[in-house]
Amino acid sequence: MQTVKEIIRSLQSGESKPSEWVELSIQQIERAESSIQSFLSVQPEMAIQQAKKLDESQPSGSLYGVPYALKDNICTEGLRTTAASRILENYIPPYSATVAEKLQNENAVLVGKTNLDEFAMGSSTENSAFQKTHNPHRLGFVPGGSSGGSAAAVAANMVPFALGSDTGGSIRQPAAFCGVVGLKPTYGRVSRFGLIAFASSLDQIGPFTQTVEDAALVLEAISGYDPHDSTSAKHETERFSQALTGDIKGMRVGVLPQDALHGLDNGVADALQNAIRTLSSAGAEIVEIDLPHQSYAVATYYLIAPAEASSNLARYDGVRYGRRASGETLLEMYEKTRSEGFGLEVKRRIMIGTYALSSGYYDAFYKRAQKMRTLIRQDYEKAFAKCDVILTPTTPTTAFRMGEKLESPLQMYLNDIFTIPANLAGLPGISVPCGKVDGLPVGMQLVGRAFDEATLLRVAHAYEQLRGFSVQLAAEEVGQ
Amino acid sequence: MQITADTVRHVAKLARLAVSETEVERLTPELNDILHYAEQLQQLNLDDVVATSHSFQLVNALRADVVRPSLPREEALKNAPDSEQGQVRVPAVLEG
Repeated sequence: MQTVKEIIRSLQSGESKPSEWVELSIQQIERAESSIQSFLSVQPEMAIQQAKKLDESQPSGSLYGVPYALKDNICTEGLRTTAASRILENYIPPYSATVAEKLQNENAVLVGKTNLDEFAMGSSTENSAFQKTHNPHRLGFVPGGSSGGSAAAVAANMVPFALGSDTGGSIRQPAAFCGVVGLKPTYGRVSRFGLIAFASSLDQIGPFTQTVEDAALVLEAISGYDPHDSTSAKHETERFSQALTGDIKGMRVGVLPQDALHGLDNGVADALQNAIRTLSSAGAEIVEIDLPHQSYAVATYYLIAPAEASSNLARYDGVRYGRRASGETLLEMYEKTRSEGFGLEVKRRIMIGTYALSSGYYDAFYKRAQKMRTLIRQDYEKAFAKCDVILTPTTPTTAFRMGEKLESPLQMYLNDIFTIPANLAGLPGISVPCGKVDGLPVGMQLVGRAFDEATLLRVAHAYEQLRGFSVQLAAEEVGQ
Repeated sequence: MQITADTVRHVAKLARLAVSETEVERLTPELNDILHYAEQLQQLNLDDVVATSHSFQLVNALRADVVRPSLPREEALKNAPDSEQGQVRVPAVLEG
């Protein structure tokens, strides 16, 4: 599969037709899906029908004829949307998410819905109620999570782009593990309308792509104010792809001191040092910055996100939609419905959140976490007085083996140490492949100022041009 | 602070979850681990820090109070597990 940009060029010049790309995508899904398991549903007939219709028309729309996939917590009218939960196993949304509508309006073609950790809660996609997705670079390893299906689908060459959602790293971490680009926009940049809510003050939708330029193109298509989401921002949508000049001379790149980076795998630390050298040799100024409260971010997040989740998931009560268990009384029906419908990790988080919000513990846990969120936000404000973007690894390690962290929820949570702070502060972040260790990709993360995706993408793109390797999709290794 | 099996049962009740004894046994040490980890937030004096509930200071998002089309009732009920005469049906709330 070519990049989004190459497909657009080919289609615009009349060299190819939309149905050719959609058929290519479906063929690759048929070939690789049995080993990767990245899709919860595929709609080949619908996609080909839409593509054939586009074949007949003049190219129009910024993503005309480009096949793509959506994480299955993004609602699609008339198409089953499960959030990888038994409780929504047969849910058919009566409306589409704003991002799905926007992509439809740009004439992109939806081929399927991808696997995730149930309700986006997890870092390995192993919490899906339906299937486990494999890392296309090494089967038997996790693709990361929670948007593991979307990351794996792009990495295994099944679609040129896919959307995911990121609450504590759920786009950037799987992008790093699967060797693709993953962008979490500024909170409010992209409408959350139709995204099945996990933690509403943190959730944000963004793209997985092969290249930074593709991420910019998709971001242009999905961002913008939406009256259906009052937290979406009234910022002009810029032509992000035009910010990619390749010139980063004098750009100030903030890096953390060594002691803030303890616990990194050696291979990850080496790849990070190489990335710093690459940026420096391109004329960027490397400045040391400090995020003194970063070490509290995981604790903060694992109170705030579950608290919001416990409230958001109260709606699954077996009354208006979703699964219902039988019960003699209303209360018994609620309790049985939720117990049968939710998986263990979802229950765990609902319980933590309920506890943190309960009488007597609210001040000690939830309120304190909100105060810590202020300090983490202020850390970034101070850091961005000294630099334009902040460079860290996306994750402390490369992808781990399936099953390795399932027995220890806390160990799984600690994997999110570098990605969580940007969600707490609402800032944009991107993961870009920066090397490989034992066949598994390493990602570097850049975090930018609020609504300054242009600078973020510019630095990421310049790095991508200079890093000395092109994106290595895993397609050769799977199903062929 | 120690999470006991009773705490787990109590919180499950608040969250409208029926948990089995096997789940209580598993969740008790796990929730202890996680909340113990979260106790590091108690180390700092945060008295003078203002709480953040949202990354950006939002003012109220208001709109004109006008009638607009909404989801038709039959559409809204399509996913309901049990409905009749345009309403959802649930088990008895009160005994009797």
